[in-house]
Amino acid sequence: MMAMSKIVRTVSNLLYFFILIFGFYIVMHGHLTPGGGFQGGAVLASAIALIIVAHGIEKAKKFYSEFSLTSCESLGLVLFISLAFLGIFMTFFYNFLSPGAQPAIPIFSTEPPLGPNLGNLNTGGVIPLMNIAVGIEVIGGLGAIVYVMFRGGKK
Amino acid sequence: MNVDYVGIMHVVVLLIVLVSAYLAIKLKNLLSAVLALAVMSLLLSLEFYLLHAPDVAIAEAGIGAGLTTAIYVLAIRATRHLEGGA
Repeated sequence: MMAMSKIVRTVSNLLYFFILIFGFYIVMHGHLTPGGGFQGGAVLASAIALIIVAHGIEKAKKFYSEFSLTSCESLGLVLFISLAFLGIFMTFFYNFLSPGAQPAIPIFSTEPPLGPNLGNLNTGGVIPLMNIAVGIEVIGGLGAIVYVMFRGGKK
Repeated sequence: MNVDYVGIMHVVVLLIVLVSAYLAIKLKNLLSAVLALAVMSLLLSLEFYLLHAPDVAIAEAGIGAGLTTAIYVLAIRATRHLEGGA
């Protein structure tokens, strides 16, 4: 399919970065504010869909390929499962980065403050990492669906 | 007297959701039906937000109003624009 008009292309080029930043914000703040890996990944996949629809499949092939999107999906799933198995010395899905856990690893493991506060991003243990893994997986899955639908099933 | 503005908002939003869902079923032009479905999805996400479920509202706005509309439009591009093969 041909690219759309110059107005659509310019506006989508401008909006692309804002949508990407909003999606990464939702993924990264998944343990503090509404949203999380799935919602942020859906927003990021809609940014991919915007670029594919505005510029046509020929130009979008230079940025995304079906292989990169499906490997994003597989990578997210492998990250999620391996994070779940890393806590297997206690239980499956054990939060081995939480403040009280031994051995202490200083990643996302601050004690959250009590009472009303602005929210500390450096908390939550393994939950932000799993949000990032789910985000990568959802970008790959939904992006691959839009990519294949736009290509029309042809190779 | 105190007016329940949120209650009025619920009624208005749900009425427009009903109207746009009916249009999505009844419209003969498939592209118009998909746009009515997108409007229904967007207003449904507003209703989720009014019901204090912002988590579901983000998912509904991203998936329902954004991605499925794009996928439906791409699928309709490969077929006729009118229902019933007119």
